[in-house]
Amino acid sequence: MSLTIPITVDFSGGLEMLFSNKRRHSLSIPALFTEEKDGKGEGEGEGEEEDKGKPVTIAFLVDYLCKNFMKDPRSDLFVLDGHIRPGILVLINEADWELEGEETYEIQAGDNILFVSTLHGG
Amino acid sequence: MQNRNNNTIYQNGGTSSFSPSNGINNNSNPLSRSLTDEEFDRYSRQMIVPGMGKEGQLRLLTSRVLIIGAGGLGCPAAQYIAGAGIGTIGIVDGDVVEPSNLHRQVGHATSRIGTPKVTSLITHLSALNPLPTYIPHPCHITPDNAADLIAPYDLVLDCTDNPATRYLISDVCVLLRKPLVSAASVQKSGQLVVLNCPATPQGEGLPEGGKYNAAPCYRCCFKQPPPAAAALSCGEAGIMGPVVGLMGVAQAGEAVKILASGLHAIPSSDGATGQEEPGRERNLRQPTLLIYSYDLDAAVGPYAFRALKMAGRKKSCFACGEGSRARLTLGGIKKGEPDYVQFCSAPTARVTLPVEERITAAAYHEARERGEIAEHVLIDTREREHFSFGSIDGAVNVPFGKLLMAAAVASREGASGNGNGNGFVEKILPEEVRGKMVDGGEDLPIYVVCRRGLDSQEAVEKLRGLGMDNGGRRKILDIMGGMKAWKEEVDPSFPFI
Repeated sequence: MSLTIPITVDFSGGLEMLFSNKRRHSLSIPALFTEEKDGKGEGEGEGEEEDKGKPVTIAFLVDYLCKNFMKDPRSDLFVLDGHIRPGILVLINEADWELEGEETYEIQAGDNILFVSTLHGG
Repeated sequence: MQNRNNNTIYQNGGTSSFSPSNGINNNSNPLSRSLTDEEFDRYSRQMIVPGMGKEGQLRLLTSRVLIIGAGGLGCPAAQYIAGAGIGTIGIVDGDVVEPSNLHRQVGHATSRIGTPKVTSLITHLSALNPLPTYIPHPCHITPDNAADLIAPYDLVLDCTDNPATRYLISDVCVLLRKPLVSAASVQKSGQLVVLNCPATPQGEGLPEGGKYNAAPCYRCCFKQPPPAAAALSCGEAGIMGPVVGLMGVAQAGEAVKILASGLHAIPSSDGATGQEEPGRERNLRQPTLLIYSYDLDAAVGPYAFRALKMAGRKKSCFACGEGSRARLTLGGIKKGEPDYVQFCSAPTARVTLPVEERITAAAYHEARERGEIAEHVLIDTREREHFSFGSIDGAVNVPFGKLLMAAAVASREGASGNGNGNGFVEKILPEEVRGKMVDGGEDLPIYVVCRRGLDSQEAVEKLRGLGMDNGGRRKILDIMGGMKAWKEEVDPSFPFI
């Protein structure tokens, strides 16, 4: 349960504003997580299979960041409807997350995850 | 200065495909003509750079580049585009030069304030290099004129300042098959990416088996615009000149590279990739997004520049993906389909207060003058930097973000009815104001002012939400239109930024 993996999370293009104005966060995040089941089934004990937890994904990380590190209440500048808001690029080890499976990418120890807000000024 | 037209001098720095000529301009092919004396002198330093050579220079001399936007990106980009000797340079912008442009828009001049940016910039460029042909387009780019503006050119630089225009330019570049060098910058960050190069026809070269077969367009990389409230403009958020300048210069660098090496040329047979070197192919089809982060209180750090690998053309892309030919056409764009403005103005939940909870700047001022507003608290929610240039007498500065944060903390801890917002007052207000608000000051009115009158309304609502209105006994009002209105209605000398 206490197994954690070290990663670095970077914010750029103004998003750092929402996270204590810090561009780089070195974090230890849980290596596994158990999915919260919505609504029914929750109180009814264990499901068919022993839920030992799944490897953490980008989707988990986004939620984890919001709950633990977002110092600014304007969370809608980061997430909308449970997903990264439009206009933010996610890069996994310097590559577009589309190349890695987007929200379902399983985070590895040592990964660098970068959130960049796209800019339009000029 | 002898041997000017003797091409042997270029051979050392030239490419292997250099074709010697005898210095007499007897060939109608513009790529194998001789350089004039003037060209030879002017471009010598860049022509001897390995990889450039006479061939590269001639490609530049015969190229046509359209720079859309003559601002913080367009000015520095245009200087190097012109300096490098691009043959035809078109510039699109409908604005006039303003004093607040000049710290970054270095192609204009104090003496040209009030004149159209396009002519101002061309004046500057012509002085730098009179050889290119400059074409002024003193208008904004719109769905109606975009295709006509872009069609005559080989490559486009997007130096504009808003999301709707960026999507429009990209879509038209996809349809007309023009490479697009896109950059953006605001406050302390910059971004740069080369798109649509080489320009594969719409709907072709879609990815297969995890392999990208065509370069992405703007929509492939940035599928959806940010909510309108999250898209900062330079006017609101500020901009550091060197940051946007760097991005503009980098745009020129990419454009010169593409044109000098012929990367923009549409392949003779689409999809045929046999002639391309493997490295080049990957590089073009999966471009790099360069991001620059500038810190005002740190030296250049290891992450100041980052080069990020982007995906190629996407199957799902609205503009160039599967089935895109049916939904995006030049005719459609002209007729207003898609609607770019609507696409980029996702509704944002901004608070609008009823009139009785608001007061105009003029009314507030008059009431104060007449002594009708005696003791009160005036909160100015602008950023510290804005506040530092001036404020209304007695105002205390609580930047909006800080106010929201404190309000969120206070409400999490549970609202109380004691008029101090459950510790909100203690946490956020300076001591001299705090003192006034307790021990009998629980009903002291609060006025909130911001820059333009939006944040202040949200702030009023937050304060009420914390129970600071004491069940209606304390007035909490927003000053309509913010400090902008204060300048317009009360004090024209106020230094509003």
